[in-house]
This record gives sequence, C-alpha cells and structure tokens, in this order.
Amino acid sequence: MSLQIVGTGNRERGTEAPRSVGSQFPVPDSRHPGNIQAKDFSFWYGPKQALYDVSITIPARAVTAFIGPSGCGKSTFLRSINRLQGLIPGARQTGAIELDGENIYSASLNPVSLRQRVGMVFQRWNPFPKSIYDNVAYGPRINGTASRSKIDEIVEQSLRRAALWDEVKDRLRQSALGLSGGQQQRLCIARALANEPEVLLLDEPASALDPIATQKIEELLYELRSELTIVIVTHNMQQAARVSDYTAFFYLGRLVEVNNTGQLFTTPREERTEAYITGRFG
Amino acid sequence: MTDINAPRGPASPPKPAVRTARPSVMQRAAAERTQTTIGRRRVVNVVMVGVTFGAAILATLPLIFILGHLIVAGASSINVDFFTQIPKPPGEAGGGMANAMVGTLVLILAASAFGLPIGIGAGLYLAENRGTHLANAVRFLSDVLNGLPSIVMGIFAWQFLVKPMAKFTALAGGIALGAMMIPLVTRTTEEMIRIVPVSLREAALALGYSRWRTSLVVVLRTALPGIVTGALVAVSRIAGETAPLLFTVLGNQFWSASLREPIAALPLQIFNFAISPYDQQHALAWAGALVLIGIVLIISLAARFATRSRFGLGGD
Repeated sequence: MSLQIVGTGNRERGTEAPRSVGSQFPVPDSRHPGNIQAKDFSFWYGPKQALYDVSITIPARAVTAFIGPSGCGKSTFLRSINRLQGLIPGARQTGAIELDGENIYSASLNPVSLRQRVGMVFQRWNPFPKSIYDNVAYGPRINGTASRSKIDEIVEQSLRRAALWDEVKDRLRQSALGLSGGQQQRLCIARALANEPEVLLLDEPASALDPIATQKIEELLYELRSELTIVIVTHNMQQAARVSDYTAFFYLGRLVEVNNTGQLFTTPREERTEAYITGRFG
Repeated sequence: MTDINAPRGPASPPKPAVRTARPSVMQRAAAERTQTTIGRRRVVNVVMVGVTFGAAILATLPLIFILGHLIVAGASSINVDFFTQIPKPPGEAGGGMANAMVGTLVLILAASAFGLPIGIGAGLYLAENRGTHLANAVRFLSDVLNGLPSIVMGIFAWQFLVKPMAKFTALAGGIALGAMMIPLVTRTTEEMIRIVPVSLREAALALGYSRWRTSLVVVLRTALPGIVTGALVAVSRIAGETAPLLFTVLGNQFWSASLREPIAALPLQIFNFAISPYDQQHALAWAGALVLIGIVLIISLAARFATRSRFGLGGD
C-alpha cells in the first residue's frame, strides 16, 4: 500500500531541470557546489570495523536517503561527512570522502571550516538553552558576522527557510526550550541553515516527532533541496520514498545498493535490498 | 468477536460442573495468618512512621534552637552602631563590628579570586578529560583536600605565607580560605558539566565551533547556574571558618581593608569577644554570630535563586 507512493511524491509536485540526465544512478551535478564522493571509505571504532569500502556519489541539489537496519553504519557514514564521528576516541578511517573534489580528511582541511560548509541536524533536537534568536545567531556570530543588522537579517531569513518564522516571530527572545518538539527540530534546521552550508546532514530528524510535525519537516526538505545537498538517514522507508531522489541501502557496514529512489523501491537489483524493503528482515 | 462460551474444539470433553466457588485450603490459611498479624502490623507501621517523623523534626531542631538563642541573646545588641562602629575598648559600652564585616567581605573576595578560577578550571579539565590517569589522580587528591581539617590549612598557610612574609596579612587568610574552596568548586563544576547533554556539545561542534570554544561558550555557559551554586555554597562554607584565620589574619581592632595588613573578621571577632570577661562583649559576640548566620543564609538563598535560570536545562 505504501509502496504505491514510491517515486511519485516528488515528481507530482513537478521537478525543475531533469536530474542526472541519461542515468538513474546518482552522478555529480557539476553546476552546483556540494557534491560528495566517497571512495573506498572504511571506518573503525577501535578494533571494530563499522564501514567497509563505501563508495558513493551524493549529488548536489538533491535529497539522498540512507536506509538500513540499526547498526548497519548509515549514521556512522553520515557523521563521517562532517568529521563529527572522528571525535570519538579510537576512531580511524581509510579511503576518502571528497566534497567538491577536496578530500575532507586531508590534513590541510580544518574540521571547523568543514562543519561550516556541512551542517547537521540530529535525531534528538538539541537547541541551546537560550533564546530562539540566539540559537539561530550562534553560527553566524562564530563564523565572523559581526554586524547586528546583518545577523538580524540572517536570523529572519533562516527561520523563514525553515518554515518557522511565522510561528516564532513574536517570541524571538523567549527560550527555545518552550517550543514544541517539531518546532525545536525546525529551529535546529534554521540554526544549521544560518551558516549557509552547502550540505545538510540529517540523522533521523523526524523519528521522535508526530506525523504532522514529520510532514512539516518533509515538506521543508522538499523545499530546501533546490538550494543545497541534503543527506538524510531514516529508519522509515516510506519517508525515504517520499522525500528522497536517491536512496542508498546499507547493510552490515557495507553499501549494498544505491539508486534512484523509485528504481530502488520498485526494482531493486540486490536481493538483500528487496528483502529489506519488503520487510523480510530489519 | 468470538463467543467465549462457545466450545473450543470438537474434541473438548464436557467439564465437570463447578461447585460453589470456595477458597482453597492454602488460601484460607493465608487469610487466617493475615487476620492474626494485621493488628501487630498496623502498630509497627504507626511506630515506624512516628520514628522517622521524629527524626525529621530532630534534624531541624539544632538550627531552630541556635537561631532562637541567637535572636534572644544577640538581637538586642544589633543596632545602627553595630553595623557602623568599630569595637570599643574593653569595658566601654557601645561599639560594633563594622570592621569585622568589611574584613569578612574582603576575605571572601580574596578567597574567591584565588579559589574560583582554579576550581572551575580544574573542574572543566576533569569533565573534559575524564578517565585519564591525570584526571583520576586530580579527582582523588581533590577529594582528600576536601576532607582536610581547616586547622591544618591554617598551619600550612602560616608556615608558607605568614612566616616568609614575617607578617600576618589578609592575603594569607584569603589564600588559605581560597584553597579550602578549590576542591568543593572543582567537584561541583565537574558534576555540573557532566550533566550537560552530549547533544548540545555536538550541536556546537556541528556549527563549526572548535573544541575549546565549545567547552567555554556552550558547555560552561549551560552549566553556569550549577557552577554559580557550587561557588556560593563554597563561599558560605568558608565565610564562617575561624581556624585558618587564627594563623593568618590575626584580627584587627581597627578599620582595615588592606590585603597586606592584619584584618578583622566576623568569626575571629566572635571568638575573641566570646572568651573575654566582659558581658558587654559577650552580647556583641552573640550579635555577631547572628549576623554571620544571616550572611550565610543570604548566600544560600542567592544560590537557590541562581539555579532558577530563565533558559535552564530541562523543559522538554
């Protein structure tokens, strides 16, 4: 029943230029920044290997979803894209993840400047215990925007982009913790957008939200995908089908299959993918 | 819906007719046991509730007695002079403890200036580097330092500060008191930083904050109400300390706010007046004790207030 909406959600609303012409597989979109390419990327937590030789292209201006059972490495890979995972003691990696051709694990790239370009939204919304305004202003302030009027502008624009402005414009100075869960999560998206990132990583952003709040987040991702690269980890396969252009299936630390979302859900090439999306395991 | 009275299957044999429902032998025995013991159990319950209630009342009694007696014995000596005058020579009526109050304030400030930065810095280090050998060693030593008798701290300060300088000074007293604050502040800071959620740390890192900046701006800022409380508790702990002051600041009958001179302090003044032979000074000592308790109470209330932050942790 739910699989009927596969691949139609985005297209119904009408797409702009056809993506990845001639191929259903994700290819870099060289017209825009924010293309990610992983090359034989492996990752270890101490002695335990979590990722095995992941090679994938995540094109700019599209939504790519990572699906797979718990512990399959999808979150590890997502968090490797902004090097947050590397902060864990004992973590190491081989291979490369390139952002527009530059290896993000090269010694010359400062993780701080990387994370300005690659924003992140977490499963459990985590606004700072400060005002709504201050939450959004955090990034611009740290990244060198000094002028007050400029920050005002960024805050309003970011909240508008996160579809939150109308709900909070009269209470910008109130605590962010007074918002509902869904609003707090959109605030976290606004906070990430205020940094003007090229890539937005979302780690199960709606798994703790009710269906209405989830729908708002999904609509938001649909809007945002014309502006930046979006990578979303989700446990919810219907969600992956609804929001994403491409879907990657991870299993036991390996990338099993990546394809156009419609293709992957209707005619998966791999048997394990089919078993997973039809609910035979996972 | 299935009819629960319908026969389950074709092969189910007819059940024997159930006679009137009666408790089994075991059930009747259990009920009888309950009947015979229920009175005793009720009594035990009342007694135990009474005992714990009595203990709860007794726990607050010392404070009530002390406060009551201080008010009876000391309140009559509290007047404008008490807060504005310095002590009169023995035997003369009037006089106050203004210099001792100023002295206590100076000592608290000096102790905080010395103890708070070290304590908070150490706490931050412990929280951010938990598990390392150095952190474990520091944590252990700081717990030992916390249990160090204050008289030992006084002797130590005398040996290493007063003796080399050949002079009793407020500075030596401030450092001795500050050293007593350090372990307390260190441990509360560490605990408060530990309860800052990892997700907040990650949020800051993901926005492009460097590690030290995340610690300072997000983690420390979020933990601040708790740290302020810890600092105020430490201050109220040292405000009434007498033993380290005996060896370091000596006391002073005159006005002085200088760190390089002997200074008056409320606990010392109370001690000196209490052991003097004059009733007049005894009354002032009681009044001084009342004021000292008042100061500690105000600091405790301030600590309570500081924890009620507008954007505190919690919420959803």
